[in-house]
Amino acid sequence: MSNSKRKVRFGIVVFPGSNCDHDAYHVCKHVMQQEATFLWHKDADLKNSDVIILPGGFSYGDYLRCGAIARFSPVMKEVVRFANDGGTVLGICNGFQILVESGLLPGVLLRNASLRFVCKFVHLRVENANTQFTSACTPGEVLHIPIAHGDGNYFTDPDTLARLESNNQIIFRYCTAEGAVTGEANPNGSLANIAGVMNEQGNVMGMMPHPERASDPLLRHTDGQKVLRSLIEYCVSGEATLPAEVERS
Amino acid sequence: MFLSKITITLRKSILDPQGKAVEHAIGTMNIGNIRDVRMGKYIELKIDAADEAAARTMTEQVCTKLLANPIMEDFHFEVEKL
Repeated sequence: MSNSKRKVRFGIVVFPGSNCDHDAYHVCKHVMQQEATFLWHKDADLKNSDVIILPGGFSYGDYLRCGAIARFSPVMKEVVRFANDGGTVLGICNGFQILVESGLLPGVLLRNASLRFVCKFVHLRVENANTQFTSACTPGEVLHIPIAHGDGNYFTDPDTLARLESNNQIIFRYCTAEGAVTGEANPNGSLANIAGVMNEQGNVMGMMPHPERASDPLLRHTDGQKVLRSLIEYCVSGEATLPAEVERS
Repeated sequence: MFLSKITITLRKSILDPQGKAVEHAIGTMNIGNIRDVRMGKYIELKIDAADEAAARTMTEQVCTKLLANPIMEDFHFEVEKL
């Protein structure tokens, strides 16, 4: 039953203040040629999605703390349940902030060390290519993807950082074009140049850079497609042996 | 009716770049030696509760679950009877 034509269903959550939801929809549906559906924050229904995307934006105006209020949306209760059952969740930018506030990912995203909103292309080194989110990349590959945030300064306590390192949960680090992880290549002060992390089970990933803004060939940057292609391959080919299904008992 | 006055600040271990920027501006004002500027949030809640202890418990719950993120923030509050 390995029908490569099966389409993956991406569910894209729409919070009040999300502004990358349509970009994500466009890329999933028209560039990657998969199914995409919007999930309204008040609806506790994930519409049988294979992958949930929490898009970028400014949910609830970034009031209180970025992502802190979105976490209490009805849809987030379902997203947490979905994630705890092994479902695949990708948080981009504000979506990453919501994932840490929800406790689905460790750490927190502080104000950029420069205090400035930073909007530019950065280089990311793929630290772990053996994940649902990065299998289309090679280990150590450098991706060129933009960031656009004011609060992307990843922070966590030393014990958690050590755990992230030893479990290979750090997925992307900011680096130079040559792949060197340096202070100069760090756009926001993130601890250990962290740009993206996943949970221990490997089914939830958050990243500050925007793969959906570097996917449509019309915009001439397509490195972001690799994240989506990884997810599609995982959902289509890995159906018989979903690791999350096996681990759950 | 009780009034909770809540102050939230970044934890001591966390660099407060906003506070540093303000501290730098203060330094240019020539009004003496002022250091360790920390920025934070102030939040008020009005609470219908049986007594002050109940109001304190409710405030604590709101702070822990929503108003402050314990990874990066500390909070303290006062409760007064209205």
